[in-house]
Amino acid sequence: MTAVAMPALSHLRALEAEAIHVLREVAAEREKPALLFSGGKDSIVLVRLAQKAFAPGAVPFPLLHVDTGHNFPEVIAFRDRMVTERGLKLLVASVQKSIDSGRVQEETGPRASRNRLQTVTLLDAIEEHGLDACFGGARRDEERSRAKERVLSLRDDFGQWDPRRQRPELWDLYNARVRRGEHLRAFPISNWTELDVWQYIAAEELELPGIYLAHEREVFERDGMLYAVSDFVTLIDGETPFSASVRYRTVGDMSCTGAVRSTATSLTEVVAEIAATDITERGQTRADDRASEAAMEDRKREGYF
Amino acid sequence: MDLLRLATAGSVDDGKSTLIGRLLYDAKAVLADQLAHVEERSVDGLDLALLTDGLRAEREQGITIDVAYRSFATPRRRFILADCPGHQQYTRNMVTGASTADLALLLVDARAGLTEQSRRHATIAALLRIRHVIVAVNKMDLVGYSEEAFDDAVRQVCELAANIGLEGVEFIPISALHGDNVVERSAAMPWYDGPPLLERLETIPVEPPAVHGARLPVQLVLRGSNGTRWAAGRLAAGTLKAGDEVVLLPSGVRSRIAEVRDADGPAEAVEAPLSVSVRFEDEVDIARGELIATDPPSVSRELSATLCWLGDRPVRERDRFVLKHGTRAVPARLEAIEGRIDFGSLDWPAAEELRLNDIAHVKLRLGGEVAADAYAQCHATGAFILIDEATNDTVAAGMIRSHRPEGDASGSSTRDYVGA
Repeated sequence: MTAVAMPALSHLRALEAEAIHVLREVAAEREKPALLFSGGKDSIVLVRLAQKAFAPGAVPFPLLHVDTGHNFPEVIAFRDRMVTERGLKLLVASVQKSIDSGRVQEETGPRASRNRLQTVTLLDAIEEHGLDACFGGARRDEERSRAKERVLSLRDDFGQWDPRRQRPELWDLYNARVRRGEHLRAFPISNWTELDVWQYIAAEELELPGIYLAHEREVFERDGMLYAVSDFVTLIDGETPFSASVRYRTVGDMSCTGAVRSTATSLTEVVAEIAATDITERGQTRADDRASEAAMEDRKREGYF
Repeated sequence: MDLLRLATAGSVDDGKSTLIGRLLYDAKAVLADQLAHVEERSVDGLDLALLTDGLRAEREQGITIDVAYRSFATPRRRFILADCPGHQQYTRNMVTGASTADLALLLVDARAGLTEQSRRHATIAALLRIRHVIVAVNKMDLVGYSEEAFDDAVRQVCELAANIGLEGVEFIPISALHGDNVVERSAAMPWYDGPPLLERLETIPVEPPAVHGARLPVQLVLRGSNGTRWAAGRLAAGTLKAGDEVVLLPSGVRSRIAEVRDADGPAEAVEAPLSVSVRFEDEVDIARGELIATDPPSVSRELSATLCWLGDRPVRERDRFVLKHGTRAVPARLEAIEGRIDFGSLDWPAAEELRLNDIAHVKLRLGGEVAADAYAQCHATGAFILIDEATNDTVAAGMIRSHRPEGDASGSSTRDYVGA
């Protein structure tokens, strides 16, 4: 770590050691893992951790991107450049293809989102590629039901999570066994917070898609959030686009990810803003989690990330 | 800033969720939208317990059914808190949450004193050898902040602690509801001159394992350029550097470290608990499941252990499992159930079978050798899990008390590391 001098066993070093242990353990025990890559900051951290875990060798599994077709173009450009530069293998699963082939039906209306459709595309991709483990960048501080999920989360052959039947996780002895048709979701950065992630990005000087730093963008306000004007969103009467200096705290679809007003144009400034914020990232910027009291829990049971 | 892992446990109405909510709230780890959510759902005043109930069934039934992990930080320390449910049927979750803890925070109701559940939690903390235990005597507001009530609870816990070998216990009188001695020192209890809870959590030291020597369970072998082979794993104890003489176990092959790497690349030396990789001076044959050690432990096919049964189905002698110890998995057979703890009398009477939440002294026979330390010496190399091969479920947590070195048929030199 170059940018920030840290004592031998800082919390970031401890969290990093734990994450690398999980990555190695699953890679050793499972035959065909993949790393779910969204282009968001958490999955970018996960890629860096995977590179560290298997150095001086190469990352022994591909990245899997579930492409909703409603992405920020900056994120797709970043993704393609990153996999090329770092010699990584990328699999892309397309929600548009799932829609075209009739596997899922697109939501309609001005608040339509492809968020929920991703689950079918993801499960199809897991089956198609014969994956038996998927690494994800989910963190326990993100949302209430995630605080209860194990680091290794077993999914049945329908991709379902059963919170009442979770394997106990003791010490650092992970049980990565699965039966045919089942797979694992493995969350190496379960115990990280949003601030940990940003501190790590700053310490490691990780490159991020530009939308994470403050930039001028055409936005409009809906339900108290700022959304980007794009082809994927239809304005409702009374919504007026305007230009503002914003950055993103999370990266999801353009249709359901809100921006925050910010002038932070460097990682250091972003870390300072995150440290001082008084609202969670999902509460502030994700319409998909606001749907109901147990929105995330319900989607996870269905096989969501 | 370093990292402290703590586990909380208490009986159903000890006010544990309220205390955690209070810690998170006063440490400013609760953000506005989470607070708005709690305010919306609170019936009478701000119900901080609502901060920690994650699952739909918990909200519907008003209970906590699974371990929840919470992260928070103060300017002095980063914390990972495992919130363990209080109900008896979820004792396995207490074992799970406590297994990684540097510190156990046990709640006792100042009015009720030690309940059956508190006894159980304290005993589990002792068996899991959690280094630090803080007993928070809660609901002091309901006993008029009385020093006598506090002393009474302290006396009860100390008696129990002496019986179960629980060491390093500290006591703090608190009111989670009103915040007395949680983050701020309480004005209502001038007779208490110790620190408030959060200050103690921030300053308590985190110690390394007591074992001598280095322990590196090999997770996998990585290939570098020029065909170099690197054994990768998480260092469980000690340090390693170039030139160190090591033994590979259970094979017993000796070698010398040529080079070490940590997460950032080549390093002078690496230390526990970092994830590292090492290269040997010669072409030793090494694979997942082996242990690289200095001052090595002995190797055995027989273990004496304390076993916490976590499976839904009962287990009897002669049942078979897969034992996972470090990165090694071997067949295992439950040879004998020597005694099952009675949490009331704290005796270990004989038992025919073990059921969910039972804790017992057992003997296991293994289908392969393992190189193990006593759990008291090093948690990472003294702990194991049992996996049911039919279901793949993790059905037991084990802590090694002693093992019989290979080649010692008499058993006379069996090393018993832990009394009891």
